[in-house]
Amino acid sequence: MEKNKHFLVGIFGDQDDLLHGVEHIRHAGVKIHEAYTPFPVHGLEHALGYTRSWMPRAAFVFGFLGICSAITMQTWMMGIDWPMIIGGKSYVAVPDFVPVSFEMTVLFAAFGMVGTFLVTNDLKPYGVPRIFDIRSTDDKHVVAIDLANNTLSEEQIAQVLKEAHVEEYYRKDFTDEENEGGFWKYVVDLFTNGVTRSSRIANHR
Amino acid sequence: MQIVSEVREPLVIGGKTIKDVTNDISRPIEAAPPRDWFAAMFVSVLLLGTGGYFLGDMLWNGIGRWGLNKTVQWAWDITNFVWWVGIGHAGTLISAVLLLFRQKWRTSINRAAEAMTIFAVICAAFWPVVHMGRPWLVYWPLPLPNTYGSLWVNFNSPLLWDVFAISTYFSVSLVFWYIGLIPDFATIRDRATTKWPKLMYGLLSFGWTGGARTWMHYESVSLILAGLSTPLVLSVHTIVSFDFATSVIPGWHTTIFPPYFVAGAIFSGFAMVLTLMLVTRKVYRLESYITMEHIEMMNIIIIVTGSIVGIAYTTEFFIAWYSGVEYEQYAFINRATGPYWWSYWAMMTCNVISPQLFWFKPIRTSLVWTFVLSIVVNIGMWFERFVIIVTSLHRDYLPSSWAYFTPTMWDIMCYAFTFGLFFTLFFMFAKFFPVINMAEVKAVLKESSSKNYRARRTITEEPLPPLTVPVVEEKTAH
Repeated sequence: MEKNKHFLVGIFGDQDDLLHGVEHIRHAGVKIHEAYTPFPVHGLEHALGYTRSWMPRAAFVFGFLGICSAITMQTWMMGIDWPMIIGGKSYVAVPDFVPVSFEMTVLFAAFGMVGTFLVTNDLKPYGVPRIFDIRSTDDKHVVAIDLANNTLSEEQIAQVLKEAHVEEYYRKDFTDEENEGGFWKYVVDLFTNGVTRSSRIANHR
Repeated sequence: MQIVSEVREPLVIGGKTIKDVTNDISRPIEAAPPRDWFAAMFVSVLLLGTGGYFLGDMLWNGIGRWGLNKTVQWAWDITNFVWWVGIGHAGTLISAVLLLFRQKWRTSINRAAEAMTIFAVICAAFWPVVHMGRPWLVYWPLPLPNTYGSLWVNFNSPLLWDVFAISTYFSVSLVFWYIGLIPDFATIRDRATTKWPKLMYGLLSFGWTGGARTWMHYESVSLILAGLSTPLVLSVHTIVSFDFATSVIPGWHTTIFPPYFVAGAIFSGFAMVLTLMLVTRKVYRLESYITMEHIEMMNIIIIVTGSIVGIAYTTEFFIAWYSGVEYEQYAFINRATGPYWWSYWAMMTCNVISPQLFWFKPIRTSLVWTFVLSIVVNIGMWFERFVIIVTSLHRDYLPSSWAYFTPTMWDIMCYAFTFGLFFTLFFMFAKFFPVINMAEVKAVLKESSSKNYRARRTITEEPLPPLTVPVVEEKTAH
């Protein structure tokens, strides 16, 4: 999918200003590309109109898979493939299977859910992030508005941002290279040009 | 609207801003380590090296190097295993159980406590592996197809449950810890000014940008992981106690073991968290983040769990008498008055009597007392496991086989090796990883910093100015 290049970026300094600001921006009919925050802001997902996270469902599915595999494995190994008499117990001694079944449920649920989380959010060691403002991992909340995705003009959107009490706003353009920069390109660039150049994608303005 | 209780002290003191949090926590990672760090690292590596020499010798010649004999076949190895696993429990308790209970004071201690969990579980897992005598056959407890037919592992055995419990506990704790680290690694990546840190923290941060959608899923994942870890942490020490409780040895065969072991684990874990945090706080000057309030809270947990452990010791004695089983009665009388009386009374003094000093506020808010008592508790908890294991074994049903266990140099130095391993890992963590969860502290900063706490004003929703651009109805949900 081709990534858009032209954005208007609004900066908020406080989480409550951000929440009110986002509500105002959306109320004015401006579509927000994404908000970037240094810490989880409660209520932001509602303000942005996101549907609830479906991660709990992923955890349930993987956990269910875990308990089914644990019970199948233990029953098959102990009861079918090689039944052994141990202390006169029945081959399929269900209470004895509880601890391992529980542990495997937790193991599958945790790893399955975290794997789903990493994949759906495109988090990977060789991921090169597209950063709008470098302060969004420090102390500022950043709202990015995709100009191509909005019917309002840039000036109108800027006006909306001002009314939403942004601390500052600016236009941010990504080059094709920045949009499609692969990992190796990033590493080569980092080692030839150092940190101050394009590897530090969004320089602090 | 969030209501902050009036009686609570602010979580972060010193009027810190969000920017200050980033600076205070990231700076030790970016700066050269202080001289204290090199000194501490030198001692740890020395311990690792000398312990490693004895460990290598023990592996080469076999576990006959230890002081084990035909009667006491388990001694320091399993004592150390249970002790280290127990220490690990506090990290999960702080990060998972306190998250579920919405205890916000956990935010500045959970990162280091989880790191401690992981390193302690590594040290714990070391013991069952080396006590096998043939550690290269470590894969045998796994249900793998083999040339015997396949002869599978025995799922009726509590020792096998333990294999599953410890490995699940370790891997889930590691994932939980790492997921929490990703946003902080991104912060350090974005602050980096030289290429190597930029690349390394870039790799570690998985391309994190802090988008609201990612945070939403992240919050959900953290909550579910906390929900999964809470029964997990309780199950792990329960299963460790099953190693003993499902046997028929007098002194081990008791139903009180699971809750008693779990309480003991939390007790020793919090003591170790305190020992480590008091040092980290001092070296990195984190007094604004790890406040007296945090230390006092942990000390209160130590009184509670220490008292539970005390009740468990008494109950064990009572039930031994009440059961009418003379072997059981003898095992307990022998613990308190037999050849190992000194270890029993060391346990009683360190675990039951000394934590009661924390009822006095001047003592539980004193750094020196807290530090000393946290070490005393850990000594006591080591003796607890020693008492359970060695004193129950050394006098079995046949008086002719009664024996006394004395540790050899190899017992002591292999234990020292795990200390070296633990502290080397912890100091590496303290240098290269953010010791406080920046994102979580930032999230609680506004509502609980000293400035806002004192001001205590309600945020009013000011009406927004009228719109000057035409309102366009959104056609599709974002």
